[in-house]
Formats: sequence, structure tokens, C-alpha cells
Amino acid sequence: MGTHNHTTHNFNEQFEFSGKAKTWSLVAMLIGIVAIAYGFLIDSSEHHSERTFANLLLMGYYFTCICAAGAFFLALQFVAQAGWSAGLLRIPQAFAKVLPVAAFILILIIIAGLFSHNLYHHWHLEGISDEKHANFDPIVAEKSSFLNAPFFLLRQVVFLSIYSIFAVLLTRYSNAEDKLGGLANYNKSIKVATIFLVIFGFTQPIWSFDTIMSIEAHWFSTMFGWYNFAALWVSGLCAITLTIILLKKSGHLTWVNENHLHDLGKFIFAFSIFWTYVWFSQFLLIWYANIPEETVYFYKRWEDEYKFWFWLNIVINFLAPVLILMTRDAKRQTNTLMFVCILLLCGHWLDYYMMIMPGSLEEHRDFGITEIGIAIGFVGLFTFLMLTKLASKPLVPQNHPLLEESLHHQI
Amino acid sequence: MSAHNESILREPLITGENITYSKITDDVLVPVENKPNKAWWIGFTVAALFALLWVVSVGYTFYVGIGAWGLNKTVGWAWDITGFVWWVGIGHAGTLISAVLLLFRQNWRNSINRSAEAMTIFAVICAATYVVSHMGRPWLAYWPLPLPNQFGSLWVNFNSPLVWDVFAISTYFSVSLVFWYTGLLPDIATIRDRAAGVRKKIYTILSFGWAGSVKNWQRFEAVSLILAGISTPLVLSVHTIVSMDFATSLEPGWHTTIFPPYFVAGAIFSGFAMVQTLLLVVRKVMNFENYITMFHIESMNKIIIVTGSIVGVAYLTELFIAWYSGVEYEQYAFLNRVSGPYWWAYWSMMTCNVISPQLFWFKKIRTSITASWILSIVVNIGMWFERFVIIVTSLHRDYLPSSWVMFYPSIVDVCVFLGSIGLFFTLFLLFLRVLPAIAIAEVKLLLKSASDQVKQKQIAEGHVKKEEGEAYQESLTKYDSVDYLKV
Repeated sequence: MGTHNHTTHNFNEQFEFSGKAKTWSLVAMLIGIVAIAYGFLIDSSEHHSERTFANLLLMGYYFTCICAAGAFFLALQFVAQAGWSAGLLRIPQAFAKVLPVAAFILILIIIAGLFSHNLYHHWHLEGISDEKHANFDPIVAEKSSFLNAPFFLLRQVVFLSIYSIFAVLLTRYSNAEDKLGGLANYNKSIKVATIFLVIFGFTQPIWSFDTIMSIEAHWFSTMFGWYNFAALWVSGLCAITLTIILLKKSGHLTWVNENHLHDLGKFIFAFSIFWTYVWFSQFLLIWYANIPEETVYFYKRWEDEYKFWFWLNIVINFLAPVLILMTRDAKRQTNTLMFVCILLLCGHWLDYYMMIMPGSLEEHRDFGITEIGIAIGFVGLFTFLMLTKLASKPLVPQNHPLLEESLHHQI
Repeated sequence: MSAHNESILREPLITGENITYSKITDDVLVPVENKPNKAWWIGFTVAALFALLWVVSVGYTFYVGIGAWGLNKTVGWAWDITGFVWWVGIGHAGTLISAVLLLFRQNWRNSINRSAEAMTIFAVICAATYVVSHMGRPWLAYWPLPLPNQFGSLWVNFNSPLVWDVFAISTYFSVSLVFWYTGLLPDIATIRDRAAGVRKKIYTILSFGWAGSVKNWQRFEAVSLILAGISTPLVLSVHTIVSMDFATSLEPGWHTTIFPPYFVAGAIFSGFAMVQTLLLVVRKVMNFENYITMFHIESMNKIIIVTGSIVGVAYLTELFIAWYSGVEYEQYAFLNRVSGPYWWAYWSMMTCNVISPQLFWFKKIRTSITASWILSIVVNIGMWFERFVIIVTSLHRDYLPSSWVMFYPSIVDVCVFLGSIGLFFTLFLLFLRVLPAIAIAEVKLLLKSASDQVKQKQIAEGHVKKEEGEAYQESLTKYDSVDYLKV
């Protein structure tokens, strides 16, 4: 590889968000709005508003997770003193910058769904912890000191605000570094990244117990938090890689080459296996012990409405990346890697679908305009916000002290 | 690997002045090529006596049966399985350092991987001794193997995680051994080339005809990477399966889905602690300060905080979900752990594994050799308590209150455990005498890119930014192997 790598690149290059990318992301957002309107107003089936809310929760959560994965990626690079990734940090930074918006939208969806009884009605129902009431549920009543609307919302707001603050802080130091150079901002980033990782590590399991596991409030699994983390991390890596590939295809990021993609591909490969490991451990232990209050979760997913999707989830998120990305060449070929990223991003949509729908819509689950439209809408929203943020700064943190290592990265 | 573009911000992996390739060889081979000193003999004698204690106590167990242990009808599994899991856990760091850190291109692994892998192998041997002594009838030790019924044993129960354990651990042991030995080949050849007489003959056989040719090296690199790829999932699988020995059951406190990754994190945690315990002594006694530097010690301490905290998250998750589940048996199991008659074991575990490693957040503590050594022992103790807590506190109060009992270890239990530690140290001390404790060839790879002398030269010649050069010099203040005032 050229040791004079830096001479051929324009480090002041800035991404300009316009043209097709802008048009299409706006069109996608429009499709999303139409789909939401369709779900609430036009669709006349019995469960149409629950279904729309379930999809909003799915995409709101997915959107927040992808942005949080950007912040997590960023923090990890600083704490591990990683050099290879210095040249591509602006992409996860753009993700992290969108986190406050994503968190805000997710909280809105949760509040609206909770109080309109379209989401979390398994534990949020009048008289559910009142012994004399017809809705009384002794199991939920026991945990109502944790699962009650004010405390639940407080946790959501506190966790998501902390994540957002740290995400923004991490990017702010990098911007200051662009102007000032030196090591001060790099060192500060390491500190903030460490604090963020500790807070995120200790709270993320509770956040996923709340947001997703409590949809089926009777059911519990200690693994659920890490299972959601695995999904967050794999899909986040795929989104970062896909963004890089698309930017490269449009002539940007000339300093990011097949070596960097190879490393990202290895991460995707490894953490897809990790996701499967966590998924399988949870499944195997519940299946093996065969305790009714635990197996009920998989019974629902074993019904005719879900069985096919249940297995497809494993095929897409495990078999596909393992078989396709096994070889070195596959990870270095842009188009192969791009295909896997898109596949896994769809795959983890299905993964979240399998976590959310059996508990909320049960046998009335569906797949149609509402699902596809809302998903497209959020993709458009994410793309629009993320690319707007990306366009505000040069595409490389040119004063990053380890940038030289990234430019000469070769494996 | 962007070796020649390594940032000056990266701390040196080799310190000292006038280090050359031949000096590395000389330094590392001092204990192998010379007669052992007094310290070694004292250590070896003590360790061997304890190993003898192991022979006696296990022999006694075989003679009278496992009734010699403190087990009773409620607690049918205690120190034996605790010791087994403890050793298997310790046996995790070696392959983690070798394989996972290789995949992550962490060059600092090069000077600690050899000892860590040796430690792995000896720890797994200790674990295996527990399996055999568990059986009570060691002459039937082949029963867990799937041999045809005509042979005399029954076809094994493939649904049992204990059988999975046999496969997982024996596979792990074989691959770790091959990995370790492959890495040793160039170094054994180095010893061979310098030896004479019978020693030369022995090392010639052991070196498998290593010639140091380009082809040799090329294959060496390729096989290292392949073995790293194979052993990474294996490292994860071993403790996953060990955790399933418990988690597949219906026992409150054992059956919980987080067990597999939580056990793996705990194993890495205890493995690194043991590496730290051993290497801090080895580097001092054998004068390896220039090769196992403060950066290595600090990095290992950081891994100890991370894995200790992951384990902490798992402890808290278990507690929380036990309450959240609404299952009264589960709730009681945890209430009993925290505040029952074994509260002291639970809180020892919490203090040693989660709270005290947090001291490593202070740079002063994680760069202090004494503090690191003491805390590494504390972690080892804590991880023993973790297994004891999981195993005994879950069993001793079962579904039938009339059968609730306490567990008291017999003297044989204690002797088997102490003896296994003796066995471990005997093997490790022998290893230090006959094989290089640091991977000579791999450390040499770093001399031209990551050593202090190269970095000082870069600074002196003005190749680095002033501020970064100063940051580098400042990072050296914590090194006990660098005379900071001189530079």
C-alpha cells in the first residue's frame, strides 16, 4: 500500500447533502407518513391502531438502537485506543449526533402508545393490581412497583437523555480537535467514552427489559438485555459499513480502502455469531428446562403465524453472514459486503418483529402496507438526519492523533 | 499490521537500552540454560509437597469413595465441582490472550502469551483431575465416552451437559496444546541451536526439524491464524457448556438464561487475574522487566475491570430478574444467598469480584505492582467464592425445608483443593525451567517498531510531533524498567 497515502486525499472534503439522496430520503419519509395515516385512519381491521403502534415502537426502537450503536462504536474506538478506524470516525459520529432526535421520537411513541393503551397493555391497564377489579393480574401486581407508568417513563427519559448527552459530547470533542489540534480533546474523548461505556453497560439491559421485554410482562429472561445488545451492535455495524460503502461509491472517503472494510466485515461476521450464541443460549436453556412460565414465550412463536419467521430469523441473521462472509475475499469485496449489510439490516428488523409482535398483536400479526411503509419512513428519517449531520463537518477528523495509522492500515 | 507507522502515543512493549535480537534470546533463556537458583528450589519443594498432598488425598478418596468428602444428602455437589469450575475458568485466559488478542492485533500479547498458554494447559489438567476424582471409580473413567454397548459401558446420554463437557474440555485442551506447542517450535529450535550433549538431542526431537526457513515461517503464520480462528469459538464454548451443567437444571439459582456469557466473562476475569499473579512474580524473579512492561500490567488490569464489571452486571441482572420473575422459589434462592447463613460467601464474592477491581480505575493503583498483585489474588479468591455461592447456596436449602442443611468440607476436601494448587505450581515451575517463558521469536518482531529505543530515536530525530513526543515521555514515568530522568 502506498506509504504516501495522505498526499492523494482531500482532507477538507465535505459531504454535500443534496440531489438524489436528499430527494429519496424525503420521499421515504413521505411514504412513512402515508403509512402511519393509513394504519390509523384507513385500515379498518379490528387491531389497526395497535398494529400501527407496534410498528412505530419497532422502528422507533430500531432507529434509537442504530444511533446508540454509533455512539457505542465511537466510545469503543477511543477506549481501545484503536488506530485503524480513525479515518472513518465521522460516520459513527453522525449516527451519534442523531441520537437525541431518535430518543425523543421513541419517547413520544412510548407515551402515546402507553396512554392510549395500544402498547404495554399487558401491564398498563386499569385495576390490574387491584384485587377486586376484573382486570386483576396477580403476577403483574407483584411487580407493579417497577412496572408502573410514571416510573417506567422516568427510566426511559433518564436513560435516553444520558445516552444522548454522552453521544453529543463525544462528537463535540472531535469537532474541537479539528480546530485546535493537539491531544487535549483526544484525551477528553477517552475519558468521556469510558464513562459512557460504564453507564451504558449497566443500564442497557434494564432499558431493553423495559422497552421490549415488558410487552410480555409475565415473561422474564436474564439474557434478554444482552440479546438486545447483540442485535443493536450487529445492526449498528451494518448501518455504519453500509453508509461507508455508499459514500465510497459516490466518490467520497477515498482514504478508506478494502482493509478497513475487511475489518468491519470481520466485526459483522463475529458479532453475527455472537448474536446467534446469545439467541441460542436463551432458547436452548428455556427449551431444556421446560418450565411453563418460560416456554410460553417460545410457544407463541411456534404457532403457525410465526413459525416460518422464527426460523427465517436464524437463517438470515446467522447462516447468511457466516456462509457469505467466511472468506477473506468476501469481506474485501464491496458489493458482497454491501449485500450482507442490507440483508442483516432487514434481518434485525425481523428479529425485533419477532420480539414485539407475538406479545402485542399475538395471532393478529400482519405484514403489509403498515409494516413496510413505516419501516421505509424511518429509514428515510434516519438517512435525512444522519446525512445532514454528516454534511456539517469535513469527512475526516484530520487532527486525530492516530490518523496516520488508519491511513496506512493494511491487513 | 501498520508496524512502521505505529503512533508514538503507543507505549513501548520493550524497554531498556541496547536491546538486540541476541540480547532478547540471552535474557529469556537465562532460566532455561542455567542451574536453578535457591528461590526456584524453595518454590518447587513447597509446590511439590502440596502436589504430594494431592496424591495422598485423592488416593484416599479413591480408596474409601467420595464419602470421604463433606457431602451430605442435600448438598451432593460442593467443593469438588467448585474446584473444577474454578480451574476451568482460570484455564481461559491463555487461549484468550493467544487467540482473541491475535485476532484483534494486540501486539502486547506477544510477551505474555507463552506463559498464559502454559498456565491454561496446567489449569485444565487440574480441572481434569477433579473430573476423575469426582468419579469415585477412576478405573471406569472411560464411561463418558460414546463407546458401543458391547464394550461394557452404556451408550452415553447425549442430552446431558456433563457429556458435552467431556467433549468441550477435551477439544479445548487438545487445541490449546497444539496452539501452544506450535508457537513453541521456533523457540525450541533456538534452544536446540545453543545446546550441547543430551540437551541438544532432546530439544532436537522436540523442535520437529524447525529450520527457520521462509517456508517454515510462512506456514507458522498461517497455522497460527487458523488455530486462533478455531480456538476463539472454543474458548467461548467451554465455559458455556460448564454453565449449562447448572443452567439446564430446574434448580432455583442455577436455571437462568444469562449463565453462558456470564460464565465466559467470569472465566476470562479469573484467567487474567491468575496470569497477573504468576507473571508479576516471574518478571521480577527472572528479570523480565524489559519485556513484560508496565503497559502489559496496566492492560491486563483494564481487562480485569471490564470483565469484573460484566460479571457485576450479570449478578445484578440475576438479582433483579429473580424479583421481577415473581417466582417465589427463585426469589427465595437469591434472598437466601444475600442474607441467609451463607451471606458471608455472597458478600465475599461481591466484594472481591465487583467492588475491589473498581480500584483499578485509579491509575496509581493499576500501575502499582504490589496493588495489582494483591488485587489479582483477591479476584482469584472471589471467583472461587462465586462458584461456591452458586453451587452450595442453591443446593443447601432445597424445596423441602426439613432437609435443609449446611455444608462443611472434610479435611479431604480441603487437601484435594490445596493439593491441586500444588500440582499447578509444580507444573508451572517445571515449565519455567525447560521452556522459554516468553515467546522469543514473537517478541523480536516488536523490537524495530514498538520498543522504547526505537521510539526514543524517532523523538530524537524529530520525526514526531512535539506534543505527542512529550506525551510519550510522560507515559514512561510509571515504568519501573525505565529510568525516566535519564531520557
